[in-house]
Amino acid sequence: MTIAERLRAEAAKRILVKDGPYGTAIQALGLTEADYKGELALPMDQKGNNDMLNLTRPDDIAGVCNAYIGAGADVLATNTFNANRISQADYGAEHLVGDINRAAAGIIRRCADAATAADGRPRFVAGALGPTNKTLSLSPRVSDPGFREVDFDGVKAVYREQIDALVEGGVDIILIETVFDTLNAKAAAFAAAEAAEALGRELPVMLSMTLTDLSGRNLSGQTVEAFWHSIRHVKPLTVGLNCSFGATELRPHVVALAKVADTLIQVYPNAGLPNDLGEYDEEPATTGGLVGDWAATGLVNIVGGCCGTTPAHIAAMAREVAKYPPRQVPGAYPALRLSGLEAFSFAA
Amino acid sequence: MTGPIANAALPVDDEVLASLSPPYEPSPEDRREAAQVAQFINIGERTNVTGSAAFKKLILNGDYAAAVEVARSQVENGAQIIDVNMDEGLLDSEFAMVTFLKLIAAEPDIARVPVMVDSSKWTVIEAGLKCIAGKGIVNSISLKEGEGPFLEHARKVMRYGAAAVVMAFDEKGQADTAQRKVEICERAYRLLVGIGFEPADIIFDPNIFAVATGIEEHNNYGNDFIAATAEIRRRCPHAHISGGVSNLSFSFRGNEPVRRAMHSVFLLHAIRAGMDMGIVNAGQLDVYDAIPEELREACEDVVLNRRDDSTDRLLAIADKYKGDGKVAEKATDEWRLLPVAKRLEHALVKGLDAFVVEDTEEARLLAFNSGGRPIDVIEGPLMDGMNVVGDLFGSGKMFLPQVVKSARVMKKAVAHLLPYIEAEKLAGPEGASSSKGKIVMATVKGDVHDIGKNIVGVVLQCNNFEVIDLGVMVPFQTILQAANDEGADMIGLSGLITPSLDEMVTVAAEMQRAGMTMPLLIGGATTSRVHTALRIAPAYKGPVIHVLDASRAVGVAGTMVSDTLKDELVTATAREYEDIRVKRAAGGQSALVTIDAARANGYRPDFATRPPVRPAWTGVRTVDDVTIEELIPYIDWTPFFQAWELAGNFPAILTDDVVGASATALYDDAQAMLAQIVGEAWLRPRGVVAIWPARRDGDDVVVFEGDNRAEELGRFPFLRQQIAKREGRPNSCLADFVSPDGDWLGGFAVTVGEGIDTHSARFKAAHDDYQDILLKALADRLAEAFAERLHERVRREFWAYETGPQQSNEDLIKEKYSGIRPAPGYPACPEHSLKRTLFELMATTERTGITLTDSFAMLPTAAVSGFYFAHPEASYFGVARIGKDQLGDYAERRGIDLDTAERWLRPNLD
Repeated sequence: MTIAERLRAEAAKRILVKDGPYGTAIQALGLTEADYKGELALPMDQKGNNDMLNLTRPDDIAGVCNAYIGAGADVLATNTFNANRISQADYGAEHLVGDINRAAAGIIRRCADAATAADGRPRFVAGALGPTNKTLSLSPRVSDPGFREVDFDGVKAVYREQIDALVEGGVDIILIETVFDTLNAKAAAFAAAEAAEALGRELPVMLSMTLTDLSGRNLSGQTVEAFWHSIRHVKPLTVGLNCSFGATELRPHVVALAKVADTLIQVYPNAGLPNDLGEYDEEPATTGGLVGDWAATGLVNIVGGCCGTTPAHIAAMAREVAKYPPRQVPGAYPALRLSGLEAFSFAA
Repeated sequence: MTGPIANAALPVDDEVLASLSPPYEPSPEDRREAAQVAQFINIGERTNVTGSAAFKKLILNGDYAAAVEVARSQVENGAQIIDVNMDEGLLDSEFAMVTFLKLIAAEPDIARVPVMVDSSKWTVIEAGLKCIAGKGIVNSISLKEGEGPFLEHARKVMRYGAAAVVMAFDEKGQADTAQRKVEICERAYRLLVGIGFEPADIIFDPNIFAVATGIEEHNNYGNDFIAATAEIRRRCPHAHISGGVSNLSFSFRGNEPVRRAMHSVFLLHAIRAGMDMGIVNAGQLDVYDAIPEELREACEDVVLNRRDDSTDRLLAIADKYKGDGKVAEKATDEWRLLPVAKRLEHALVKGLDAFVVEDTEEARLLAFNSGGRPIDVIEGPLMDGMNVVGDLFGSGKMFLPQVVKSARVMKKAVAHLLPYIEAEKLAGPEGASSSKGKIVMATVKGDVHDIGKNIVGVVLQCNNFEVIDLGVMVPFQTILQAANDEGADMIGLSGLITPSLDEMVTVAAEMQRAGMTMPLLIGGATTSRVHTALRIAPAYKGPVIHVLDASRAVGVAGTMVSDTLKDELVTATAREYEDIRVKRAAGGQSALVTIDAARANGYRPDFATRPPVRPAWTGVRTVDDVTIEELIPYIDWTPFFQAWELAGNFPAILTDDVVGASATALYDDAQAMLAQIVGEAWLRPRGVVAIWPARRDGDDVVVFEGDNRAEELGRFPFLRQQIAKREGRPNSCLADFVSPDGDWLGGFAVTVGEGIDTHSARFKAAHDDYQDILLKALADRLAEAFAERLHERVRREFWAYETGPQQSNEDLIKEKYSGIRPAPGYPACPEHSLKRTLFELMATTERTGITLTDSFAMLPTAAVSGFYFAHPEASYFGVARIGKDQLGDYAERRGIDLDTAERWLRPNLD
């Protein structure tokens, strides 16, 4: 069985659990600049460059991963949200992109394999690709709407570099997450397809959109249905939503997506909305209950956590979703599915 | 995803093809999805340098800002997809394509629709694909350079995530005969499907070529396209057919009316054959039925190659139809050459508003130069035109939708003249009203429905009445005062819900108290001649007349201001109403039985063999995951036409001998507005649904918090039929359908009205009653559709007592399902106040924004609320007349005093 077939087989049996965030967990470790930089000779400060910890504090990263495994996670992402050339340029660490991703993939691979060896339960390692801080659909200059800081081929190359390193390090799946600009995601998926072609084997892709306002659109303005139409050609293993808001606010958009997407749905919300201090204080039981409610209504196949969630939140979700069967993936009526910012269907 | 892409494509054999298109049995869900999308996608080419000279000029001048505005107006005008083409020798096409696409990506109004990246150069297409976040269409790829490049391009298209137009073009050239078109398209289809291209993402363009060129081989090109279309659709499941229509009429360049007629005729046949997309400018089309028969026949002969001399025959008559081209209204544009008065008449009769302001201005100047006044334009040519409209309407040759369009033209003309008339008034004291009469109209207090009232108002205005429209929820004080202040000739009252009947009695009584004598006209869906005779007329000594519908309103109002005819109608009506009263008093009504006897003869469902079904879910929940698109297939269109006083069942009404053309035009306008409602998110559906543990208690149904039915949440007292029944027929009450030993009751409230006010106000401001009424009528239908959809979900999902295949929409509309959803205020539970209880139990206002007026009318008006009874034997019935004994009993059960009960139930009392 291929990775995709294995994951689908597991997901047919039960609702799977994805891990939680690295940012929140790393923050809790209270690391210093010296911890971040380690032995590396880097000209700029590294504090805040969480991806660098894959090289400098691999045991801490493994610790976070193992905590999520302990909480019941089946899908384990790498700590590589910003491990791309565009984002690492802010830390003067572009030249380390390959090393960071290989190391990150290796850490999670080892944790996953060890856990599976111990309990026989299959686990999946997903190489995480963030959106970068540049966007292909929007101009950063108010007075010049046609301007772009990056172009499609450039972004595609940046992602390709990261994908190749992650695959070398041993990931099973490419997770294109926190998609705020669909065109960036399309470039990433394109890169993944080219990487797969070069490898001569399948490289499954997961796509996860993030919403920037409660009306349910991402930064480039698409609705969830339009997003699905835009990336359906990738035949993703999962499509879904992450970050954005808490489970309460996310729900109507999960409903909308679950209705149209003829593939597995993976959603990992934040621990509610941030409080006045910008902190997430939703209790694990609360998040677990809300996510459990999605499961009760057959909306999801994989759930996990984003900003503010902890292993306790993941454990609470795992307990709740275990009570319900997974969402049945619906069929898709043959239709010309197009999209601008909104979806458009036309059956022949 | 590497597998299929890396492998060389192999032609797919029939077996594989068959497996791709299994005898797919679409579920109702599928059919709904299929039904909710347009039947034909029109792709505008105004952002195409090869199709629009104006756009080309902008791009060549580098005026991208103006070019973006072209795209915006195209989308605003309803384009579902925008075609962008920059193929021009003087341009860096790649740069122009990329620049333009990036600019429109920044405009949400434009970027909401998909883009068609159109170029004959692959490099331009690929550059374009790198700029679109959505899923667009590539136009085009073909086998022109052989299978290798074709498949390479197709794979790229798949990887960028786009659909593709595939030209019927191969190594040998463009396909001209039907056979070649089919061969090439089928070959392309098999190749594409072989590399995993989605069949539904394939759009064939089998080439539309010019006909009637004088070259004999070209004569069959129209037929070839149409025949090929049908065959390609058959052989290539799920693929679409598109084409550029304007090529067809190329030989008639300069004769736009003939070109438009050819396009319309061609499209009718091509669409029937299966063409479902096309590049057609709306301005390049005529309504098929509106084409003069001679021209239509000649075009049909040419397009379908029906006779050898068809080209000559079309040429022979073509010049007759030649005009100055360009705009759609100019189809029969000889009218533009008529004198201005006749032009105004024509515009009014045809409902054309494109030139009305300039023609009105011309008429005003003409009047001014000959010493006349602006008002003369109204009293002269405009009224003459409206009289023609009135005559046509009166004689059944025009129908309401057309009249309302005429009124729009009239209002625009009057709006143009008004400032001049006002200025003149300031200059001198004169300015006597010249209208036939003045009528104050209102929807009475507690009621918010105004579609019917607005229609009547428009019709009266068309007939030179001055209408003072006080709007909705108007208390009697305001009505009386306006009538006095304005010196009105009569008052017209309207209402839809039953409590309004009572409010009308109040208005009549207050008019009497105020010593008024002017006629009172009564109209609206629940009003009737009998109610007017029995309740309203006795309250007021002046003339009271029930007006059945808008078409009668003009006659009645006209008579009321006529010195010679008024007395006769007033006397006749008074006599008629007196007859009704006498008959009633003489006991012409069916006898009632006592409430005890009626209860003893109640309906008894077979709970033993068909016990209540435990719902899959109980509680109250907000329903906010419904889209307007999803509701469209659930629309029951017949009442929509009824609202416009067009009688007949849908869809037969569209082809009705008498009203068919009018109904079709209205339906087309409705579809266009629905597309806007959906596309521009005008309306937002919101609803709430509840299922409670319940139990019957006498004629009440009690609902409970928990399954143990210990904690009572609320109580719904229902009314029982009391008319003496034949042996074996029960005296039904809704409570009968609920088991006394533990059952469930559902409740719901839905609306689509949120957002309607802005658009309504916009139409009003533009003097466009037609669109305003159309919008409200559609919103009402959508609310009903929402109720139907939600009921389906309750049956299948929430209560989940219905299993098996889903029903067709026709069956849903015919209510061929088990269980009912009676609404308070309707015959089975005529007492409106139950809405308040229902609303409180479901926190309806908080969840949906629907509020209730004092008379329990729902706001927004496009709303429906009611109960769900699930028992298979539950059926609709009318409570009809009840006796005093039940009235007293009900007052006690409802916890209200007898007077209130009498007021609420007056329509059901003797």
